[in-house]
Parts: sequence; C-alpha cells; structure tokens
Amino acid sequence: MAELRCGILSDVLLEIKHLKKSFGDTEVLRDLSLDVHTGEVIVVIGPSGCGKSTFLRCLNGLEKVQGGEIRLKGNLITGSKTDWQKVRQQIGMVFQSYDLFPNMTVLQNLTLGPVKVQKRSREEAAETARKLLARVGLAEKENAFPRELSGGQKQRAAIVRALILNPEIILFDEVTAALDPEMVREVLDVILELAKSGSTMVIVTHEMQFARAVADRVVFIDGGEIVETSPPEEFFTNPKTERARKFLNMFQFDKRKEEP
Amino acid sequence: MWDESTGLMLLQGVGESLYMTLVSTVFAYLIGLPIGVFLVTSAKDGIRPRALLFKILDVIVNLTRSIPFLILLVAILPFTRLVTGTTIGSTAAIVPLTLSAAPFIARLVESSLKEVDAGIVEAAQSMGASNFQIVRKVLLPEAKPSLLVGGAIAVTTVLGYSAMAGFVGGGGLGAIATNYGYYRFQNGIMLITVVFLVLIVQIFQGIGMKIAISLDRRK
Repeated sequence: MAELRCGILSDVLLEIKHLKKSFGDTEVLRDLSLDVHTGEVIVVIGPSGCGKSTFLRCLNGLEKVQGGEIRLKGNLITGSKTDWQKVRQQIGMVFQSYDLFPNMTVLQNLTLGPVKVQKRSREEAAETARKLLARVGLAEKENAFPRELSGGQKQRAAIVRALILNPEIILFDEVTAALDPEMVREVLDVILELAKSGSTMVIVTHEMQFARAVADRVVFIDGGEIVETSPPEEFFTNPKTERARKFLNMFQFDKRKEEP
Repeated sequence: MWDESTGLMLLQGVGESLYMTLVSTVFAYLIGLPIGVFLVTSAKDGIRPRALLFKILDVIVNLTRSIPFLILLVAILPFTRLVTGTTIGSTAAIVPLTLSAAPFIARLVESSLKEVDAGIVEAAQSMGASNFQIVRKVLLPEAKPSLLVGGAIAVTTVLGYSAMAGFVGGGGLGAIATNYGYYRFQNGIMLITVVFLVLIVQIFQGIGMKIAISLDRRK
C-alpha cells in the first residue's frame, strides 16, 4: 500500500535538502535530505539523542538551521525573510508534553489559534472545534480545564488544537512518550485515523508496532544523519543496514533459557 | 487629645495614604509592566532576543532600584515640582513613589512571566502566533495569578514607602505618625496609625491572594 500511495501522490509537499544543525560546537544534524509527499506518513525512528526531535523542530522554525534548505510547496522557508507566522499555520505540531494552556478551557485552547491568529469567526471556530472534539471522543470536555483531563485526553485535545488550523502537514514529536501505557493506544488510534483520512504527517516515535502500522516510509536516523529509508515491512523484517539491525534488536528479548 | 478633630484627621490620613498608594501603583504599573515584559521577551531565551535592549533595561532597573527611596525623593524634587507644581503633600509624593516602585514592579512582572512554561510559548509559536499575540494572549493571561500576587506585594510596598514620604511632608498616615508620635510624643495616635497601616496591608494582601487563587486553574 505504501508504494501505491507514493506512486500516485508524487507531488512533493516538503522538500528537505542537506539540512545542517548544530548547538555550539556539537553537530546534531549533519546532512539530512528528505522529501515528504502530499498524503504521506513518514515515521522517524532512531536512538535517543540521534537528532530526530531537533529535525522535527527545524521543520517549523523552532530551531534555526545552519545549512541546507527546506521548501514547503516549492517555497523556500529557511531564508532570512521567512514569515514563520504564515508558515507555521501550514505546519502543525504536537508536543510530547501536550503544552495546553493551563488557564484556558479545552475550547479556549482550540479556538485561540483560529480566532486570534487566523482571524476566523468565533462561532465558526467553536463549531469546528466541537466537531473535531467529537471526532476524538472529547465532546463532553469542551469546558474542562487541562488539569481535569487525563494525559491521553490532553494529548488528543492537543492534536485537535493543531488540526483546527487546517495545516498542510502535522509534526508529532514523541507524543506518547509521557503517557501511561494504557493511554498510549487512544492517542495512537487518533493518529492512525488521521493517516487513513489522508493527512500528511511526520511522526517521531518509539512505538515500533505503531510505526509499522502507520508509516508509508520509515526513516531511520542515527548520529545526525539518515541511515536508512524504507517501507515499514521491509525496514522491520529486513533492514538494509547494520546500524538499523542493531537498533531494532534492542527491542527484542531472548526467551529465558531454563525451560524444565 | 481625643476629640472629633483627631478622628477626622486620622480618617483624612487614611484617605491620603490610600490615594498616594493606589495612584502611584497604577502609574508604576504603566511604566513597570512594559519594562517587565520587554525584560522577558528580549532576554537570551526570550521570544525575541535583543541583547542590547535587555542589557539597557536590566541596568536601568538595577540602578533605580539601588537608590534609597528617601534619597530619590529629595533628588528628584525639581522634577516633582515640574510635574505637580509643588513638592509637598500627597500629590507631590506620587511622583517619587511611582518612580521608585516602577523598577520594582518590572522585576515582579519579569519573574511572574518567567514562571510561564516555555513549552506553551512554543505551542503558541507553532500555531503561527505573533510575538505580540504571544505576550497578549498567552504570557500575560497564563501569568495572571502570579501577576496578581505581585500586585498585592507592590501595593503594600508602596504603602510602606508612602508612610516614609509622610516623614518629609508627603501627607497621609506617615505624616500623622511623624507629627504627633515623633515630634509630640503622642504614642496613642502613632499606635493608631500603625494599626491602620497594618489593616490596610492585610486587606490588600488578602484580596490579592483571594483573586489569584480563584483565577488559578493549574491545580
């Protein structure tokens, strides 16, 4: 299916070429190139500290890059004249720590962007917010404050907060890493559903089963560079590189030997 | 010593003290709040880092905060006369009170805004919010409970300074305490002014905390 989708939808939405990023003297991203096609779901995996979160943050300008270029629908967004306020409305982002505004209700959290940033009408924004909340099973929670929600509910609300701006692409930065295990599923199901409905997404995650299910392509990053890019089945069953094999082996456990 | 005029005088003193304190605090916030906001946004980890602007504001705030209030009051007498036309009385005291409270308030505002989680600022940025929108719609509203606590601290501090202003002709409870308690040894009246001051502090502090707690949705 992955190949099929990539084959049909060949237009490139996000074009990343020779991306370089360093913090002081530490090189975090060496030379990273990747095309994200419209409707495609890219899952980025790799060991901790490999630069995958930094990579994601570079895509919407939360980190400045030191080299290379990023184009959104052909337009360069890494130049000095980039209007990040406009670009970021097209590139949504969901964070590991939810980052809902604690002193606003769920509905206020959702409508802030559409009303204040996009100047949409309050009525339309609230109506859209309610529809989206219902879609992720939070219809009853519009007047709740974030502290009254479980972790999974907070993250679903945060996903809706990104969705409501109608972004071209959504970035997910380890969105289940802070969740209790029993809440991971409800969040991943929402993302799976978005993938089915054709949203373009770049997902950084440590959930390998989920990566396998949702990805059109898996991108394996290690040491600040892309080591391997493959369709999920191929990557998880028959990785091309030794480094990817080593990484995947960390998720395998040998059976205890002393069987009677 | 205790007659009707004493009571009236004390009431008038309370009125003058409140007048000086509240008006000065409002003016001081008009100056201190923007400075506090710029101290946060222009800082190295702020939403619009501007090293020079930050340094200038930082130095100004530190300088003005290190001048003892009584010295400031005397030093700016010409300026006070220029603004209010006089150097004695409650209205004249508002000028030095405002100038000395403003940098203090800038620091209070700065520390309140710094408490706001950096993550939610990034969330607002990722929505495409402008810096102005982030300050107006995220930083200030999310810091509101803490700003109110700061407000209560500011009002009570200014009240304390206003009593000092009374010592050099600023009017209010401070002037009464000085004239009757200090110069005429009428300890009774001095004690009453102190009781009034304590009560006013209690009321402001209590109201500030109450509102702050009722607005805080984080816990």
